[in-house]
Amino acid sequence: MTQQPPVGHLLDEALLGEPVASTAGGADEFVLEAVGLHKRYGHNEVLRGVTFGVQRGDVKAVLGPSGSGKSTMLRCLALLEPVESGEVRLEGRRIGVREARDGRLVSLPERVLARERREIGMVFQRFNLFPHLTALGNVMIGLTEVRDRDRKEARTIAQSMLARVGLAERERFFPSELSGGQQQRVAIARALVMNPKVMLFDEPTSALDPELVGEVLAVMEELAREGMTMVVVTHEVGFAKRVADRVIMMDAGSIIEDAPPDEFFGNPRQERTRKFLEAVD
Amino acid sequence: MEFDTSIFFEALTSPAYLEGVQITIALTVVAMVFGLILGLVVALLRGSANRVLRGIAWTYIWIFRALPSLLLLFLVWDGLPQLVPALKGDWFSAFIAASVALSINEGAYAAEIIRGGLLSVDEGQRLAARALGLSPTKVFSKVIAPQMIRVTIPPLSNDFVSMLKLTSLASVISLQELLARSHSAVSTTFKFAEYYAAAAVYYLVLVSVFMVVQAQIERRFVWMSQGSSGLSRVQRVRQFATIR
Repeated sequence: MTQQPPVGHLLDEALLGEPVASTAGGADEFVLEAVGLHKRYGHNEVLRGVTFGVQRGDVKAVLGPSGSGKSTMLRCLALLEPVESGEVRLEGRRIGVREARDGRLVSLPERVLARERREIGMVFQRFNLFPHLTALGNVMIGLTEVRDRDRKEARTIAQSMLARVGLAERERFFPSELSGGQQQRVAIARALVMNPKVMLFDEPTSALDPELVGEVLAVMEELAREGMTMVVVTHEVGFAKRVADRVIMMDAGSIIEDAPPDEFFGNPRQERTRKFLEAVD
Repeated sequence: MEFDTSIFFEALTSPAYLEGVQITIALTVVAMVFGLILGLVVALLRGSANRVLRGIAWTYIWIFRALPSLLLLFLVWDGLPQLVPALKGDWFSAFIAASVALSINEGAYAAEIIRGGLLSVDEGQRLAARALGLSPTKVFSKVIAPQMIRVTIPPLSNDFVSMLKLTSLASVISLQELLARSHSAVSTTFKFAEYYAAAAVYYLVLVSVFMVVQAQIERRFVWMSQGSSGLSRVQRVRQFATIR
């Protein structure tokens, strides 16, 4: 095990300057729900009726072979892709669509979607940091351009958050000067300062060198410990076992298994899950 | 060898040449500014979801990249007033005509460069910016544009230098820019070498000044914490090349 940087308190009202949105409300409430999501690209049906929910404070790990629709599902949940049918609910409220006169659901215009996306944090496999901004600039941009915080305030918040993910000394560095693990921690900080109600992770450690995986997982585990609601698409079986409250298996655009980790890994019901777990191990 | 240096230096410092240089610079800047605006609009239209808009952009590039700049100058200066009588007034000067013709011309080239710049920005950038909740306008201005500008600086600088020289074509529609001034000086004195050499010096100086400006601009787009002051030009170019 390589040495991990210290991870500080991440969901901190004092740091954000406002109540922490992710932990407010009842623990058994569904924060994010997918109801019968269908999505196709041309003739290719990527999601064939995906339904599941994440309760407040829970971590849902999503496993499955590549091409099974995991990433697409996450993008639909983050309102980055419109769905053909079905709906996404945030705290019980349908988001991303409005009802047309004939009763059909139509996607909201991009401008309105942008506003709804503030509540949902997203972390990508390839980090997708903005290369023209420093680590600090990457964390600040959402605060100044979306949350309308003034620059001074945004800087203070961003600096504290970078320190909490162990990157206080790197705030002046540009993404091209950071390791993959450092970049991904900046990306997590960038999402966290927006005070999201839920965090979505799309294979956050898949693009990392093996020795850098730990530092990113450490931040995610701390987040989970503090009660952030999370959906994590991952190949890290260890992480799923340790941290997840429930594990989902996706195959060919459907959820074929949804169980607590000991059941999922100890005694999977589906043959397909069993085969997949054998292949991953 | 016959080369009268006193005539050469006299030409170099003559008010006629200085005025000509001012017109050359003004026309270059005006044509580039409007050309870039046109280019940006056309490039964005080419990426539009609307087929008609895409078609308009494609046609624009198709036509105005094909037409020689000189032909375009004649068309705007002589042809257009014939079709649009309103342009027959005195206000429609050679400078305006040249600005219009060269802007249209530059717009077609810039559109392709800018389109290439837009395509060079990783798809994940737009995705991350949208996921953060940035409005469509801010996704473009805060995230896409800076990255696009960076890759378009070298080719657009090339265009700028070309434009500086293309303005000399406007001498054929009677615009009194630098080349026209040397022409008229030559036609009365027959001192070809002296007057043309003086014009050549000005073009050389103008392009050199611009090269310094370009280097300054590029320096602002080196995204490294150490800044670019410690980097040699070769290192900067290398950094430019490796980022994408």
